[in-house]
Amino acid sequence: MKIKGKVWVLGDDIDTDIIIPTEYLAMKSIHDMKQYAFSPLRPELAASIRPGDIIVAGKNFGCGSSREQAPEIIKSLQVGCVIAKSFARIFYRNAINNGLLLVEHDLLPELVTEGEDITVSVGEYIEHKDKRYDLSPLPTNLMEIIAAGGLVEAMKKKNSRND
Amino acid sequence: MGYTCIEKIIMKNLGQNHVRPNDIVTVNVDRVMIHDIFVPFVADKFEEMGFEKIWDPEKVVLIYDHLVPTSRVEDVRHFQIGDAFAAKYGIKNVHRGDGICHQLMPEADYVKPGDVVFGTDSHTTTYGSIGAFSSGVGYTEMAAILGTGQLWVKVPETIRVTIDGKLPAGVMSKDVILRLIGDLGADGANYKALEFAGSAVDSMSIASRMTIANMSVEAGAKAGLFAPDEKVAEYCGVSIEEIPDISADENAKYAKEIRYKAEELVPVVACPSSVDKIKPVTEVEGTPIDQVFIGSCTNGRLEDLEIAAKILEGKKVADYVKLIVTPASREVYRQASEAGILETLIKAGAIVTHPGCGLCCGRSGGILSEGERVVATNNRNFLGRMGPSSVEIYLSSPAVAAASAVSGRIALPAL
Repeated sequence: MKIKGKVWVLGDDIDTDIIIPTEYLAMKSIHDMKQYAFSPLRPELAASIRPGDIIVAGKNFGCGSSREQAPEIIKSLQVGCVIAKSFARIFYRNAINNGLLLVEHDLLPELVTEGEDITVSVGEYIEHKDKRYDLSPLPTNLMEIIAAGGLVEAMKKKNSRND
Repeated sequence: MGYTCIEKIIMKNLGQNHVRPNDIVTVNVDRVMIHDIFVPFVADKFEEMGFEKIWDPEKVVLIYDHLVPTSRVEDVRHFQIGDAFAAKYGIKNVHRGDGICHQLMPEADYVKPGDVVFGTDSHTTTYGSIGAFSSGVGYTEMAAILGTGQLWVKVPETIRVTIDGKLPAGVMSKDVILRLIGDLGADGANYKALEFAGSAVDSMSIASRMTIANMSVEAGAKAGLFAPDEKVAEYCGVSIEEIPDISADENAKYAKEIRYKAEELVPVVACPSSVDKIKPVTEVEGTPIDQVFIGSCTNGRLEDLEIAAKILEGKKVADYVKLIVTPASREVYRQASEAGILETLIKAGAIVTHPGCGLCCGRSGGILSEGERVVATNNRNFLGRMGPSSVEIYLSSPAVAAASAVSGRIALPAL
């Protein structure tokens, strides 16, 4: 699986209140909320992101609350993947469960400039300015959830087998 | 080889005599908590997954707190969906305004030492204070737990934090956890468990330990654990012999060990807009403020209101400052009323509000305006958390908050 896209660069500790403030969490759907994504930090971002774009950030992306709207909204903006130095653990699980691809990489966030194009080959490498950076594969249990298309699909399959 | 507290809880849960960090295991869940703001999503995902019944409705607790009392017409939808979901699947443990989930779960006896508990809120780590492995999950995982009673977890490495000695007057457990988050960084315990020990911890009340366990997640931790002792036994209404042995072994292996001398700790604040931007109060003393908030699942318990009342007794909140006090639960509210604490606070000029999460999560009950500055006892000072992005939030202990309310500026408590 390959993703090629334009990068949006964010800093360290992008918390879930930045990704989607609590104020908007009681809206009926992710579709209603997504225009407010990243609004406390960059109000223009949600409208600027195009399908396939890639978010690149520093350490601890998604720290803070357990709100799953955070990865769901990023997914609904059709972001290709999020590359960060590290991810907060609840966000990490929520993203996998929603089929949002996350890539941990120490170096890349230091090297890219907003607006550049990069290519990610899942579990293999990231390509930036003709240079390739190796990626390690995800644990098997996570790959199974992703392969099923997220946790809802995985459970659906399981339940239909039980019938 | 010895085991840490969380390893022992997981071993007990699995009925195994060995686990090691990074093992991926499937735990059997003892209790789950779902709160109002996410209940519509849990209900949707649960049905979408094709489940027809909840694995054990008795183990499910539904708590309305983030939207209580409602601030918008559409908030009511969450209660309607929650009530319908509870009725359809036989959930009897429903709290519709009894207080904040993390206060209620231990207070109403839903959690016991050694339990494995998951909640839809990140501050579910609070129950580590009574020796439970409790952590936050998203609504999709919650839906999967409701159907299966199980969840996969990676056995975390543990960071042991030892605090020995006696905390100086005016230094509270909030100062301890803020200092630790400052030292570790907001991601310093990511994917790990924190385990607290030492004579200063032993002499802390359960409420004080709750503050520390609650904010462990602000360093990224999966759990913040205290080995159960006599105080925990008393709090849970059991004898110490009935509590499973989940204390860490002396030869347990830790990823890191950190030590503090309690006497060297001072009142601190987390400066805007990051939980790990910790400064001693003395460095920001005198900064003018517009509002003070004493409440939340971090610091809205009886001892928190009590110390605030002690500081505010016979004094007045500064003219231009709004002091908002929110007891963590109806029970705390009642006890504070009975003990005369609320009267002291009201006479000093406090606005006392009904238990809930409103102001802490930026939805209701004292939202701030452009450029305002607040000293608050809750757990997050993120950009835009309690109003527009220009609001500056300083996180502090209830003692610092109360002293600041009187002075109208960030102030040290005189105790």
